[in-house]
Amino acid sequence: MLQETTKSLMKPAVALEGISKSFPGVRALSDVSLALYPGSVTALIGENGAGKSTLVKILTGIYQPDGGTLRVEGEETTFASAQAAAQAGVTAIHQETVLFDELSVAENIFLGHAPRNRFGLIDWKQMNGDARALLARVGADLDPAIRLRDLGIASKHLVAIARALSIDARVVIMDEPTAALSHKEIHELYALIDRLKADGKAILFISHKFDEIFRIADRYTVFRDGRMVGEGLMAEVDQDRLVKMMVGRDVGQVFPKTEVAIGEPVLTVSGYRHPTEFEDINFELRRGEILGFYGLIGAGRSEFMQSLIGITKPSAGAVKLDGEVLVIRSPAEAIEAGIVYVPEERGRQGAIIGLPIFQNVTLPSLTRTSRSGFLRMAEEFALAREYTARLDLRAASLDQDVGTLSGGNQQKVVIAKWLATKPKVIILDEPTKGIDIGSKAAVHAFMSELASQGLSVIMVSSEIPEIMGMADRVIVMREGRIAGRFERDDLTAEKLVRAAAGIVEA
Amino acid sequence: MMKILMKNRELLLVVAIAALLVLITLRFPAFIEPANLARVYNDTSILIILALGQMAVIMTRCIDLSMAANLALCGMVVAMINSVAPGVPVPALVLLALLLGAFLGSINGLLIWKLEIPPIVVTLGTLTIYRGTIFLLSGGAWINAHQMSDAFKALPRATLAGLPVLSWLSVLMIALIYIVMTRTPLGRAFHAVGGNPHAAVYTGIDVGRTRFAAYCLSGALAGLSGYLWVSRYAVAYVDIANGFELDIIAACVIGGISIAGGIGSVPGAVLGALFLGVIKNALPVINISPFAQMAISGTVIIIAVAVNARAEKRKGRVILKKAEAH
Repeated sequence: MLQETTKSLMKPAVALEGISKSFPGVRALSDVSLALYPGSVTALIGENGAGKSTLVKILTGIYQPDGGTLRVEGEETTFASAQAAAQAGVTAIHQETVLFDELSVAENIFLGHAPRNRFGLIDWKQMNGDARALLARVGADLDPAIRLRDLGIASKHLVAIARALSIDARVVIMDEPTAALSHKEIHELYALIDRLKADGKAILFISHKFDEIFRIADRYTVFRDGRMVGEGLMAEVDQDRLVKMMVGRDVGQVFPKTEVAIGEPVLTVSGYRHPTEFEDINFELRRGEILGFYGLIGAGRSEFMQSLIGITKPSAGAVKLDGEVLVIRSPAEAIEAGIVYVPEERGRQGAIIGLPIFQNVTLPSLTRTSRSGFLRMAEEFALAREYTARLDLRAASLDQDVGTLSGGNQQKVVIAKWLATKPKVIILDEPTKGIDIGSKAAVHAFMSELASQGLSVIMVSSEIPEIMGMADRVIVMREGRIAGRFERDDLTAEKLVRAAAGIVEA
Repeated sequence: MMKILMKNRELLLVVAIAALLVLITLRFPAFIEPANLARVYNDTSILIILALGQMAVIMTRCIDLSMAANLALCGMVVAMINSVAPGVPVPALVLLALLLGAFLGSINGLLIWKLEIPPIVVTLGTLTIYRGTIFLLSGGAWINAHQMSDAFKALPRATLAGLPVLSWLSVLMIALIYIVMTRTPLGRAFHAVGGNPHAAVYTGIDVGRTRFAAYCLSGALAGLSGYLWVSRYAVAYVDIANGFELDIIAACVIGGISIAGGIGSVPGAVLGALFLGVIKNALPVINISPFAQMAISGTVIIIAVAVNARAEKRKGRVILKKAEAH
């Protein structure tokens, strides 16, 4: 086959063979292989959590694999550190480029390997000259002396690529490089990638956008659940087959979804828009319903939810709760009305370390547990006991610092905190992100229980199995707009991926 | 576990103060006579009141460098009013000092809340502005004892059930702030805002407004201390309590209030202030030079921070299931 011929003709610049990597409780990569060839663009495709970023971190020396071999130009080696990977010529350009805003363009390009004069001091003249030459090679007409902070995101990418050239990179990893770029900038990036290819660089291109994968990549590798499930030449594959490889599942995960009679509309959102983050958000949420919000990261789902509870202000839009028009200007008003938002990233936005468990639970309910401005500890304990018991929280005492609990139990405290406000609508943002399988099942079972008690749930999730398993209805968001609505009956993983990635129905 | 640790930390301070007293007594036995201890407490009262205000601010992940300047300005204003209008009743002046202090504190709070300027910059700025204002008001002149009315000077000294009013006032403030910190939604908000400001927002707490409230509180306590200071020492001038802001912060740090916010307690702040108070009162009587005193105070602060940092690290994140149960 053609695939075999290319392999035999060319030696990969970097090759991973049988790489595995585990974290406590999670197997992130198992027996994964990937070869990057000089002068060729390989697209790495997979859902969130498929193991793409773990692989990038192994390639750039940030993580050490548990098993498997790594070859550079055929030589077996290890990347003991990020420096070792950089020295071997592997460099990554991230979505949010890791550069220094306060330094000049030239300093960013040459940081760590700046040309020196005979006194051992930085040779500014040569550095700026070299920088200009490198920038010309990437097609950027930039003054090397200006500070990076004054550049737009596209120019920053170019600086990052110039830096990659300056250390004579043989492998360039681009992790969703077009996420923040305009149409014109994307085409400039394509042209640059073509030039890098001509220069003989091996490029790993990570993207969720199928149109650009087909435009730019020569080869593909598909990851699913930490395994490599397919690879080959782009010329020999179509969108349908890639989508099937991405979402097809060997083991059907069982979700504890209970059938709930869905009642009348509870929450109606109409015409919600924000000047920069989302627009035209209209939907209805019914009693006992779990409404899934699916989309790629950065599709505007969390931004919309935060504006719904009054953290950011929408530029237009109306909300009705139980038929009555509601104006929410702050999270306190949202809680008062009965809409609560459980944010993702529980470490940063959830538990308050330093406060005991019971005080964490009662924090949004203090108006109910206090009398004439004074807190009632006994009522606080009673409330905390009731809700932590419902979630089967294991803790020696409700008086202990929440920081002494494990992640799973901290999460139970956070959920108990929101339930204790007796909400009508609960918004769960990535409710099972980063927790182990057992805790996930507990959260899902609990979600079903909430719905059967007549609560309405909005579940923001980037995990297809979770959306498919739990949601009664799904709204897909893409680039700040609603890109699709699906009933549970006609829901397929392919439809979700297509809507989220903006692929027109074939 | 946290609570025991916190208690331990406070217990540790009690033990440290007791050990200090024993050491001092070996050189100067009269130091631990009840009358002398009462004198030491009285001498530390103003520091205690100020440390309570600073504690509230630090709890919210902020800092108030302007407390001593606020104190000096409020002290000067009430002293000037007293010198030109001795007829104004002293309680009215105390109330005025309190309100003026709260107003000055609210300026800090507003700048931090509405303009989102870093607290250290805001309060460094207002520190110099308040000091400068004293000069503008007084023209650099002193208000001396003979210009103050007897009633003005007598209040903090008057004894009530064996203790001076100054001491009683600090006891009252300790009780009041303790209730605010442990029994009101505001006190809970101070903890939450400092412990995790991002999470606090979602629970309906207005982080900016909470910090504003903390600054009003620290300002009010600084204003009250302003009256107490000028009446006790019977003098007001531009530079009173100059550099005292550092003692206030030191008392909080020694008392286990985390500069990173969220962790701290009223007993901690009080014990921290008392520890400094004992050192300041004891070192002169056992003939240690003022310069050595400064070095000793500095050493104590660093030891206290090191001890607290270790305690913080130890509690860390619990990953092992079995470690969770206790």
